[in-house]
Amino acid sequence: MMTDLNKALNEFCLRIADNSLIHAQRISEWTGHGPILEEDIAMSNVALDLIGQARGFYTYAAQIEANGKTEDVYAFHRGEREFRNKLMVELPDNKDFGFTMMKLFLNGCFDYLMFRDLMKSTDETISGLAAKSIKEVTYHVRHAGDWVVRLGDGTQESHERVQNSLNELWPFTNELFEQDNIDTLLITNGIAFDKESFRSEWTKMVTEIFAKATLSIPENNTYFPTGGLKGVHTEHFGFLLAEMQYLPRMYPDAVW
Amino acid sequence: MDSNHQWPTWEVFTQKKQGAAHEHAGSVHAPDGEIALLNARDVYGRRQEGVNIWVVPSNAIIASSPEDAGSFFDPANDKMYRSPNFFKTADGLKQI
Repeated sequence: MMTDLNKALNEFCLRIADNSLIHAQRISEWTGHGPILEEDIAMSNVALDLIGQARGFYTYAAQIEANGKTEDVYAFHRGEREFRNKLMVELPDNKDFGFTMMKLFLNGCFDYLMFRDLMKSTDETISGLAAKSIKEVTYHVRHAGDWVVRLGDGTQESHERVQNSLNELWPFTNELFEQDNIDTLLITNGIAFDKESFRSEWTKMVTEIFAKATLSIPENNTYFPTGGLKGVHTEHFGFLLAEMQYLPRMYPDAVW
Repeated sequence: MDSNHQWPTWEVFTQKKQGAAHEHAGSVHAPDGEIALLNARDVYGRRQEGVNIWVVPSNAIIASSPEDAGSFFDPANDKMYRSPNFFKTADGLKQI
């Protein structure tokens, strides 16, 4: 049996890992379909970074659970209701490059601040994983931020399209900061940190880029979708899992 | 974008380690220098190739033409004494 603290730590790791894995799965859909060769490679690189982060946190989650589970069990043998990723990352990109960059930027700024805090975690594995991840995320924020600026401050069409992406994604940003009693317990133990403490910094980060991009944050938004922490997902999520999990479920003995 | 709807090309130079000379790695398409730098990083820096990258607009490079080859290079053919081949160097010396 896991202690309450270990249970919380296990759940905490799965939340981070799920978010990175599902985000990576969406981005990897661009592989072979990027707008230019360079960007195709860039997006595959980002997806691989995120998969690497997911693997690190799944492996630690498995180590805490200590019942023989592996990273693959978490990734390929759980159903929709067991995944803890935020709704934003599972939204389909519909081959809209600006949407993908906007999503990567919004989530990336959050991940950057989260990992920056987690580098100070009293749990050495968590702080180590955070120190590795933050270098990757720093690049994701720069890459995606550069494109948000260029598309926003580009042609009339690129401006309209990336503004629409922001309008569509903005309501989902609230969920990034959601936390519950799992977080509270870890915060008390110095393992995790209060996400609200960097919310204003996050807002400043994204607002600065939007000013350069001549984009405006939608006002008077009253609906903020949520559900990831409870495993309640959008209608798109089942299809994503079906594609991602098909092979290991169909051929359970398959090996690389 | 130029007339054939391609972004301009940029030549990429990567440095393997500090102090080493930058070497030509290839080229990328990009609308401006910052994106060229990121594209170069993603295409030519993803396998631990180096510690530093330069990007240069391809049209900023002035190249000699094949017709120049005779007058540029052939006169050096019979002047071996210009190469430092006849000096003895210490065994441990690599970067020379």
